[in-house]
Amino acid sequence: MVIPLEHVIGLSAILFAIGTIGALTRRNLVVILMSIELMLNAVNLSFVAFARAWGDTLGHVFVLMVITVAAAEVAVGLGIVISLFRNRDSVNVEDVSLLRW
Amino acid sequence: MVTDSDWLRWIPLLPLASAAASGILLGLFRRPLGRGATVVLSCGSVLVSFLLSLLALWHLIALPVGKRLLVDRVAPWIGAGSFSAEISLALDPVSAIMILLVSGVGFLIHVYSIGYMDDDHREDKGFQRFFCYLNLFTFSMLTLVLADNLLLMFLGWEGVGLCSYLLIGFWFSDRWNAYCGAKAFIVNRIGDFGFLIGIFLLFTAIAGVLPAERANEAVVFRGIEAAFPLIAEKTVQLPHWLGFLPGAPEWKLATLIGLCFFVGAAGKSAQIPLYVWLPDAMAGPTPVSALIHAATMVTAGVYMVCRLSFLYDAAPGASAVIAWTGGITALLAATIALVQTDIKKVLAYSTVSQLGYMFLAAGCGGYTAAMFHLLTHGFFKALLFLGAGAVILALHHEQNIDKMGGLTRYIPWWRPTHLCFLVGVLAIVGTPPLSGFFSKDEVLLAAWTAERVPGHTWLWAMGVATAGLTAFYMFRLHFRVFFGESRIAASLRGHIQEATSTVTLPLVVLAVLATVAGFAGLPQVYGDMLGISSSNSLANFQAPVLAGASAHEVSHATELRLALVAVGFALAGALTACLLYLWRPGLPERLAASLSGPYRLLVDRYRVDELYDRAIVRPLVSFSESVLYRGIDAGLIDGVAVMGTARTVQRLAAQGLKYAQSGLTQSYLVLMLAGATLVVGYLLG
Amino acid sequence: MSFAAAVFYVLALLAVVSALGMVLNVRNTIAGAMSLVVTMIALAGIYVVLDAHLVAVLQIMVYAGAILVLFLFVVMLLNLRSDEFSPSRSRLVKLAGVALGVWALGSFLALLPGALPKVVEIPADFGSYRQVGLSLYRTYDVAFEVTSFILLAAIVGAVVLAKRRLS
Repeated sequence: MVIPLEHVIGLSAILFAIGTIGALTRRNLVVILMSIELMLNAVNLSFVAFARAWGDTLGHVFVLMVITVAAAEVAVGLGIVISLFRNRDSVNVEDVSLLRW
Repeated sequence: MVTDSDWLRWIPLLPLASAAASGILLGLFRRPLGRGATVVLSCGSVLVSFLLSLLALWHLIALPVGKRLLVDRVAPWIGAGSFSAEISLALDPVSAIMILLVSGVGFLIHVYSIGYMDDDHREDKGFQRFFCYLNLFTFSMLTLVLADNLLLMFLGWEGVGLCSYLLIGFWFSDRWNAYCGAKAFIVNRIGDFGFLIGIFLLFTAIAGVLPAERANEAVVFRGIEAAFPLIAEKTVQLPHWLGFLPGAPEWKLATLIGLCFFVGAAGKSAQIPLYVWLPDAMAGPTPVSALIHAATMVTAGVYMVCRLSFLYDAAPGASAVIAWTGGITALLAATIALVQTDIKKVLAYSTVSQLGYMFLAAGCGGYTAAMFHLLTHGFFKALLFLGAGAVILALHHEQNIDKMGGLTRYIPWWRPTHLCFLVGVLAIVGTPPLSGFFSKDEVLLAAWTAERVPGHTWLWAMGVATAGLTAFYMFRLHFRVFFGESRIAASLRGHIQEATSTVTLPLVVLAVLATVAGFAGLPQVYGDMLGISSSNSLANFQAPVLAGASAHEVSHATELRLALVAVGFALAGALTACLLYLWRPGLPERLAASLSGPYRLLVDRYRVDELYDRAIVRPLVSFSESVLYRGIDAGLIDGVAVMGTARTVQRLAAQGLKYAQSGLTQSYLVLMLAGATLVVGYLLG
Repeated sequence: MSFAAAVFYVLALLAVVSALGMVLNVRNTIAGAMSLVVTMIALAGIYVVLDAHLVAVLQIMVYAGAILVLFLFVVMLLNLRSDEFSPSRSRLVKLAGVALGVWALGSFLALLPGALPKVVEIPADFGSYRQVGLSLYRTYDVAFEVTSFILLAAIVGAVVLAKRRLS
């Protein structure tokens, strides 16, 4: 492996952190979903790095699963966003807080 | 030493099966059995029990004298750590006589009840329920008598208490009856507490001297009797605040145990101060009064004392207490009976008085005399109660003797209703040669010869006085009911009719028994007169089992003299009754008016019930209501514990937790991330 | 430093910068989406450096080519222009949050070198479609079948959610 493993994992951590910040601070639902995608990608990077470190293709298989699930999640999530927009004319996450005390 | 048997268990189990069958059918499935089936089932089971008891007696007699013991180990029962107890039944001479009494008289009363309960004027005749309870009672009593260990005896003890409650309050839709049933049960319970303490003390003492692997024998009667000599002389130190008691500060352990057991006996057998339930128990149907409160349940106390005769032999203090309590109760109850106007109440106080005789004998060491009187009393008291029931039926449920009189004009004197009642009266009064004469004389003789009991001659005198009073009030009852001018309500006079044969036949059988039963325990002095060598077969049969049973230490001449004194007093009482109620009928009212103070005291039964009510019942009830109910139950448990926790949780949630549900997605995300981080941190660290 | 390592560090920098660009960009949502595409492609490059060839290709085909295109569709459909950051509840809380995050990340990265396993030798065709395919269809075939269900659920869900009411 040409790069030390720590550097790759470190990159994964930084990308995950950026994604978290985006999910927690942005108000646009679509941007939040995109941040979640970024988090998933960071995790994929981790998997690939460890697969390379141990020589086990399980990591790659898992990445395929993650991509599949991410795709499914994005499809349904964006469907929800569209329905929401149709009903409320807004994709602001603070406008969808009815389920509260 | 012991002969095993495996059919002894059916003697109590058959009535139990019958009770269970009719009870479950009626209670659970709500299907009444129908009159005929109920009768066959319940009376049949008791009859078979009686026949088995006869068989058991025959087997017992066939065994050699020292080895008359049949044991049936039915099943293991309690197993707790190293302690274990079995359900096991034992038959020895004393219990053989008892089970014959219980099942025999029980059967007669079952037959009597067929006719009596049919006449019930209430809508719900409760026929099947009555027989179910009667069978349950029979089972409990037989278990009590046959029990081989103290725990099983206590089970039977409690069982008869329960059935007494059920049967006294049988017509419970009338609140008074329910109250009387509850009163009987509660007063019994007070006695049971003493019984339990006695069991614990005895067990601890005996188990303390037995080697560890045999410690469980400390609850079995044979084991206790065998090991008892080891603790017979042990003493206990009383605490100083009990220093006023005689014999303080050191008491014999046996005395303490004996007194505790006697508290139980006093409760069950209606002695002072726990007798107050028996007169009120007359609220139940008359067959119940006959069975439970004359022949069987109330005798359980006497039986228990006789069972533990080896204990009381070593406890002179306790025996003295028993004898004096018995004597005083006998006299007191007899005085109350002098002026009562309810036919059943007279008989109830008479029962209390006769039970006092039995305890008098037992306390003076005459255990065989006590058992003899128990047997004969069972016959003639049951006869009297059933006879009273026949009178009540004939007069359509009139119980006040002031509204009876001259009954022989409507039911001829030679019919069972009058004749059998007369036999009962003669027996209880002690007319030779009926059974009551012999048994009462044995009791009085025991009192006369009891050197161990201080003041025993006074006890004898009290016994003789009681005999006189008994004669008076019994003949008073007889004359007021059957003779003299008729005070029966005019509307009833055309409809007076003797009851059916199911009612009168048991009366005849009991009358015969009351007449001849005395010859089973014929004292030797009369046996010699008749040329029988060993005439007191009852005492001889029971002697190996009961302690202190021996030949009388008095000469035959003294015995006859004592008997004569007793008969003399009885005759005096009878003649006084004749005077007051037959020849000078106006005299009683004039006497009552001139002695109105004492008269009112007697009519009010010494106001003992009112005393208990004021001193014990009312303070207890008000304490329970204000402190225990309002304070602790409603206030503390309901208010603080239950509602308080609910309100606290509600406040916590409504004013604290709900703000976590803000509805903002990103807040939730933050919380999720924080939680995930903590979990991962914990797993990694 | 070898060529592959240099490529890695360049691509890593690119990925981080575009990610920041997506998250911090408020004025133009489409620009943000495009930034994310750049991040995906950079990551695909990194996968190649790490000998995960099939995964790299699939990353571009599926992630960059389908999922992010879907995002762009939706953004354009809903005509989403600009956005704002959440109003600051409290400066102190934000500052505390940032500090906490920096500290957490920093300590994680500091602890990292001691915790990782040893790297092993890999066979020549590691990460190729053949190896991954054999692994996927032989050892992990059940998982593979299950993903079909996931996709079915997603399809049905998306159709149901986006349907217009027949009113």
